[in-house]
Amino acid sequence: MTTTTPARPIENAYSAGQLPRWAPLTILIGSLAIVVIIFMFVQAGQPAGEFNIVGALLSGVVLFAIVLTTVSRLVEGHRRATDRLVTTLVTLAFLIALVPLISLLYTVLINGAARFDLDFFTLSLRNVVGEGGGAAHAIIGTLQMTLAAAIISVPIGLMTSIYLVEYGRGRLAQAITFFVDVMTGIPSIVAGLFAYSLIVIFFGPGVRLGIAGAVALSVLMIPVVVRSSEEMLRLVPNELREASFALGVPKWLTILKIVLPTSIAGITTGVMLAIARVIGETAPLLVAAGFTNNFNYSLFSDRMQSLPVYVYSSYISQGTDAQSYIDRAWAGALTLILIVMALNLLARIIAKIFAPKTGR
Amino acid sequence: MTSTAAPRMRAKQRPGDRLFSGTALAAGALILAILAAVAAFLVIQGVPGITADPEETTLLEGTDFWTYVGPLVFGTIWSAAIALIMAVPIAIGIALFISHYAPRPLAATLGYIVDLLAAVPSVVFGLWGGNVLAVGVQPFYAWLAENFSWIPLFAGPASGTGRTVLTASIVLAVMVLPIITAICREVFLQTPVLHEEAALALGATRWEMIKVAVLPFGRAGIVSGAMLGLGRALGETMAVAMVLSASNVITFDIISSINPSTIAANIALSFPEAYGLNVNVLIATGLILFAITLIVNTIARYIVNRRKEFSGAN
Amino acid sequence: MNFKRLGTIGAIAIAGTILLSSCAAATGSTDGEGTGSTLTGTLVGAGASSQQSAQEAWVAGFQTANENVTVEYDPIGSGGGRDTFIGGGSQFAGSDRAFKDEEIAEDNFASCVPGTGILEIPAYISPIAIIFNLDGVDSLNLDAATIAGIFNGSITNWNDAAIVSQNDGVELPDLGITAVHRADDSGTTANFTDYLSAAAPSVWTVGSIETWPTEFGGEGAPQTSGLVDAVTNGTGTIGYADASRAGDLGTVAVKVGDEYVPYSPEAAAAIVDASPFAEGRGETDFAVNLDRATDASGVYPVVLISYLIACNEYASSDSVDLVKGYLSYIISPEGQSTAADAAGSAPISSTLFDKAQAAVDAIK
Repeated sequence: MTTTTPARPIENAYSAGQLPRWAPLTILIGSLAIVVIIFMFVQAGQPAGEFNIVGALLSGVVLFAIVLTTVSRLVEGHRRATDRLVTTLVTLAFLIALVPLISLLYTVLINGAARFDLDFFTLSLRNVVGEGGGAAHAIIGTLQMTLAAAIISVPIGLMTSIYLVEYGRGRLAQAITFFVDVMTGIPSIVAGLFAYSLIVIFFGPGVRLGIAGAVALSVLMIPVVVRSSEEMLRLVPNELREASFALGVPKWLTILKIVLPTSIAGITTGVMLAIARVIGETAPLLVAAGFTNNFNYSLFSDRMQSLPVYVYSSYISQGTDAQSYIDRAWAGALTLILIVMALNLLARIIAKIFAPKTGR
Repeated sequence: MTSTAAPRMRAKQRPGDRLFSGTALAAGALILAILAAVAAFLVIQGVPGITADPEETTLLEGTDFWTYVGPLVFGTIWSAAIALIMAVPIAIGIALFISHYAPRPLAATLGYIVDLLAAVPSVVFGLWGGNVLAVGVQPFYAWLAENFSWIPLFAGPASGTGRTVLTASIVLAVMVLPIITAICREVFLQTPVLHEEAALALGATRWEMIKVAVLPFGRAGIVSGAMLGLGRALGETMAVAMVLSASNVITFDIISSINPSTIAANIALSFPEAYGLNVNVLIATGLILFAITLIVNTIARYIVNRRKEFSGAN
Repeated sequence: MNFKRLGTIGAIAIAGTILLSSCAAATGSTDGEGTGSTLTGTLVGAGASSQQSAQEAWVAGFQTANENVTVEYDPIGSGGGRDTFIGGGSQFAGSDRAFKDEEIAEDNFASCVPGTGILEIPAYISPIAIIFNLDGVDSLNLDAATIAGIFNGSITNWNDAAIVSQNDGVELPDLGITAVHRADDSGTTANFTDYLSAAAPSVWTVGSIETWPTEFGGEGAPQTSGLVDAVTNGTGTIGYADASRAGDLGTVAVKVGDEYVPYSPEAAAAIVDASPFAEGRGETDFAVNLDRATDASGVYPVVLISYLIACNEYASSDSVDLVKGYLSYIISPEGQSTAADAAGSAPISSTLFDKAQAAVDAIK
């Protein structure tokens, strides 16, 4: 959408009755300045607090929105004024979302940097008391269990959404759509208990396996995959399908070659969301995959550590040397975020390679 | 989606088609089977908890199951609702910003930045919410309690640590934000360019174009995104457990230290020390959460279906 | 498409795993020299998270001495640990309370030979510190009734007469008290409230509880770490936590008899020695009835006791040697001092050690 207002300050019929381009910025700076001055006067009497910076920024932006809308309404009429107000609000929404993000990342970075070293990525916690040790066993566990969960849930989820969009009609499709929504509401710990009681049937009591953790994660992951890819598949214009059918392409090839590539960006986003959703789960993995300080490379034998459980247990059971436990917890959190970021980036690149070139 | 008109023409059934549609159907049926298994697990394990003798289960403290679960149900819906009220408008705003406002080269990067929030595991949200956010908003709560205590929401007295249901809801809102944003963004980006250009050609401002072309087109997607977010907010365990100062009460005061707990958080907090019938009671609360999601989804689906004529590309 | 994508993600993940594991393999066995131990295999236990730091230290110590042994301890909580042990899912359990008489009478421990009973040793004794966050105040003297009053919501300000009268010369601010309790059900809460109900029965009327009563108000915070964080981040806050976690926070010296006793491992161990074993239990069941209302001097009555639970006779002999070896290590002076260093616990007395050692030796 390139609907920029004309740039050159030429007197002509099209730009008459419009605010000049510099107006919004000037009003923003002006209102921030006014608010800061007011706050300085108010604060002169009392000790300054960090909170007031937030307050000043907030009031400044509110003042900006009011002034800009009013001015625009006077000069440009109410339609443009509304447009400007919405632009301000939409931009503001984005900036608001950045606040917790920056605060979070800052906290994790500052605290996680202390132990973000080579040892952390090469050692386990076997025979470690207090300082030292690493999270390699947890990183391996997390990667394996999440990968296994993705291998289970992405095909099931994607095929289900294909069924819902391309084939499904009648009661069964309705039932699936409905129950997939219900499935999103399964509390994570219940998924863990379910997976645990499932493997207990096969392997006997007290058994804890990486694969059980993967099953628990799949239960949580499948509905997210279905829901998001269904939405994306539905957005593929029917014209594309019809064109393909008209050329005599079988339906399954149409889906495989036309529908999926068209929606691949959205589907990838959905899968990444699903992975991000489950990779940080703690409770189900503690129940189903157990807790260990040792390396385990097999999903099918013995308990398996994962990063979230590692972070959580480092945080809740700190020994006398508390700081080294806290450092490990934050370093683990940082690693987890980096893993998801890397996967996310990877998915985007892949989506870009496979997606057909469109106008956007 | 591909509903053909009355005189039905039978297409040739190829083996590839049969295999493909069969697999798709099997996947769908498998999901129903998994869900049935989870439901069966919940019912088998949960029913003994519902019918448990209150005197024999320490969790119930002599009251019956429904008195125990009532405040939890309230807290679950209450915190999720506050979270959604905060998150949905902001998410739509962000999605619009990325899809229609931000300069095109920047948009992908901005989308990625918001997706970063989805990369943060819930344990970390819990740590951050309890140790950074709660501390940061506490003075604000104190101010609210001082000046606005006539509003029941801010009745106070303000919590001394900031670990209130409002803080938990803010954390939940931040957690569901990337989910709703991602879905909305993808849907908004799929708005037919012709619709948008037609609106602009008629002299619509950008906001009017969005109002008449983008939002109606994306309505179903917005609802889907919100439902996914709601599911996450209702079922979130660790972050709530680590942030909220919970008691078993029903209160509308969102800034005091007495807050209703949520079902998922309560399970996480009580499960480790639970034994015998207490385990069944907790699983039964899980069953109730399952039922809540069912009801909420029924309502949402009803709303979406009533507005079906606006939804989707097809 | 999706398979290609999956394949790529998979390949990268696998590559990453291999990379990590190749680095990791080198560090897996740091103790190359043989220690002469013949023990091999994996021993599984589950239970209280209060013991976890101590268990980590014990596991590390035991594994170092026996390099072919792996001990796994799942910190799933006392209740989960007891249920897992009953179900036969673990060879030993850690629990913040002993099994009740009626639970033992049911005698349905899947790992044990029926009728042989179980072994319960109070191997982890840890003082519970009453911690608070008040500017400029490092320690306070309080009696049980005042503590109970603070936590049940009847004393709400730091300059309350009950507090001031016990603390001459301490500047107490006019500030509301925020009493922080554990939001999760915990053995720490059970032990703390057990102390209050024993030492101040007229003020603390609800007995020993795991779940905090709503009518008492206060803040809830999950786990020891959450509670310590809540107390640290707030002002005018007070809470109770494992003493090893008190850090820089102010702590309360508790009135016992006529004197105020600050927490210390020795004072905590003293109360266990001063208390009788529970009656009517098996010979190998060292469940303790703590005498929290004691007037004995030098005793700190607010302690958490966490038990190690094992079979006297295992149905399968596979892991008997491991259990014996591990339990012996835990109760040995060496094991107890390891835990004291790592988790701030109090070593068990030599009398208890002698009895427990005999019981452990008799496991078969």
